[in-house]
Amino acid sequence: MKDRYDIIVVGAGPAGSTTAKTAASRGLDVLMIEKRQQIGDPVRCAEGVNKEYIRNFVRPDPAWISAEVKGSRIYAPNGKMVEMGEELSGVEVGYVLERKVFDRALAMEAAHAGAQVMVKTRASGLLTNNGYVTGIIAQHMGKSYDIKCDIVIGADGVESKIGRWAGIDTTIKPGGLCSCMQYLITDIDVDPDFCEFYLGNGIAPTGYIWVFPKGKNEANVGIGISGFLPKNQTVNDLLDDFVKKKYPKGKIIELIYGGVPACGTIERTVSNGLILVGDAARQSDPLTGGGIFNSIWAGDMAGKVAVKAIKSSDVSAEFLQEYERKWRAEIGKNIDTSLIVKNRFLTLSDDDMNTLADSLENMDLKTVSLLGLVWTLFKTNKKLLWDLRSIFKDIKEIKGVDFDDIENID
Amino acid sequence: MVINVNRYKCGYCGACVSVCPMGAIELIETWIVVDDTCNNCGICSRLCPVGALEVST
Ligand SMILES: Cc1cc2nc3c(=O)[nH]c(=O)nc-3n(C[C@H](O)[C@H](O)[C@H](O)COP(=O)(O)OP(=O)(O)OC[C@H]3O[C@@H](n4cnc5c(N)ncnc54)[C@H](O)[C@@H]3O)c2cc1C
Ligand code: SF4
Ligand code: SF4
Repeated sequence: MKDRYDIIVVGAGPAGSTTAKTAASRGLDVLMIEKRQQIGDPVRCAEGVNKEYIRNFVRPDPAWISAEVKGSRIYAPNGKMVEMGEELSGVEVGYVLERKVFDRALAMEAAHAGAQVMVKTRASGLLTNNGYVTGIIAQHMGKSYDIKCDIVIGADGVESKIGRWAGIDTTIKPGGLCSCMQYLITDIDVDPDFCEFYLGNGIAPTGYIWVFPKGKNEANVGIGISGFLPKNQTVNDLLDDFVKKKYPKGKIIELIYGGVPACGTIERTVSNGLILVGDAARQSDPLTGGGIFNSIWAGDMAGKVAVKAIKSSDVSAEFLQEYERKWRAEIGKNIDTSLIVKNRFLTLSDDDMNTLADSLENMDLKTVSLLGLVWTLFKTNKKLLWDLRSIFKDIKEIKGVDFDDIENID
Repeated sequence: MVINVNRYKCGYCGACVSVCPMGAIELIETWIVVDDTCNNCGICSRLCPVGALEVST
């Protein structure tokens, strides 16, 4: 380890590794630190990702693909099933990854591009000077090190402290965190072609249960809940109830917990000498809980802007605004839409959900986008979903559906 | 009121860290520490997926 780098990336998840790779491959001197001993482990993820999106940034490798699915099936509380094509499922389905291998592969790409990687190394504070972040304090094997740099990249995930240390409020308010638990279950019958989602205020109030196949006989079976449960009940209890009923003979071979930022965009993700990216920047999708792709996408943007800033010898918040503008225009816009939909869906009763599922009967949903599905639901259930109309205001076209302008809606 | 971490239940996922309004919780490698800035609001204990944060009076 040296005592100075161009950039220091804190956290070696998809966001950190992508930023590190992007910056290192363009000539920057990069250090990436990870507090865990093993990158990617324990996994905090259901491992679903849209394959078209991911292919824009990473070459697919069978080593980290557990399964390839054709689409998803959503089960309403009354059991009615809605089947959607891969595209419609938005950011979350296509590949079911093996994240332990995937995260490690991304870190290796960063290393191959020239970044130095240190594991079992934790950032415990920031160095600052004249209102600029100028490095980190790192803890490694019981020793403390001051390491300087021009830009610190906070890619430290849901538990991020980097933003707070720099005066950016990243605290997730209650209701904004999706509290999750997941089992990897084997010796069960699953349809390897579909990711499944189960809705209902009885089984998963303010959330849903997912079953993502990892082969013919295995699946990630998990639950995510956004609201407070009654005091004597945990997310763990709800998942156990579901699993006992649905897979009484299944064998649990892994258990994970996790939290997904489902709060929507935060006010600021840059300051002088600092960029936040991925879950640390609260860039995961509030509706689906998907964050892998957004982390990679934002990491690519952050890496490129960091290169420009350092080459221009200007790492001020003002210069780094370019990153802020870029991610908000694309990722941010999707997140805003998802948040509106999530907030409406959180308050639906089981009867409402059944009504919505019924209204999709006999519709072909193989090739529409997530937005297209929401539009289709909106058109046939205007009273129930009237709050969603703002989403469609500035949109001229939605792929795969007949879209008439919102102004023509009465 | 005091927050106790049940180390036998905790899966070091970091969810609690993100919701603490005081920034009092830290996930160090595989264990959680709560420092004395904790104001006992109890939010973390309501959001831990497994109930590993126990509030005692
Ligand atoms: C149960 C669950 C299911 C999910 N399912 C999906 C899904 O199916 N599809 C999807 O797209 N997304 C899913 N997500 C979300 C997805 O896992 C995250 O959005 C994604 O991992 C974010 O990547 P990241 O790089 O920002 O953060 P992370 O992957 O969390 O990486 C952050 C890294 O920073 C390290 N770190 C933290 N603090 C420090 C420090 N101080 N010093 C050094 N290192 C530090 C951490 O150890 C960690 O390795 C799920 C999340 C959960 C919890
Ligand atoms: S939320 Fe619960 S399981 Fe997760 S780190 Fe905190 S105490 Fe541990
Ligand atoms: S009780 Fe409140 S202040 Fe204390 S650790 Fe939990 S969330 Fe933070």
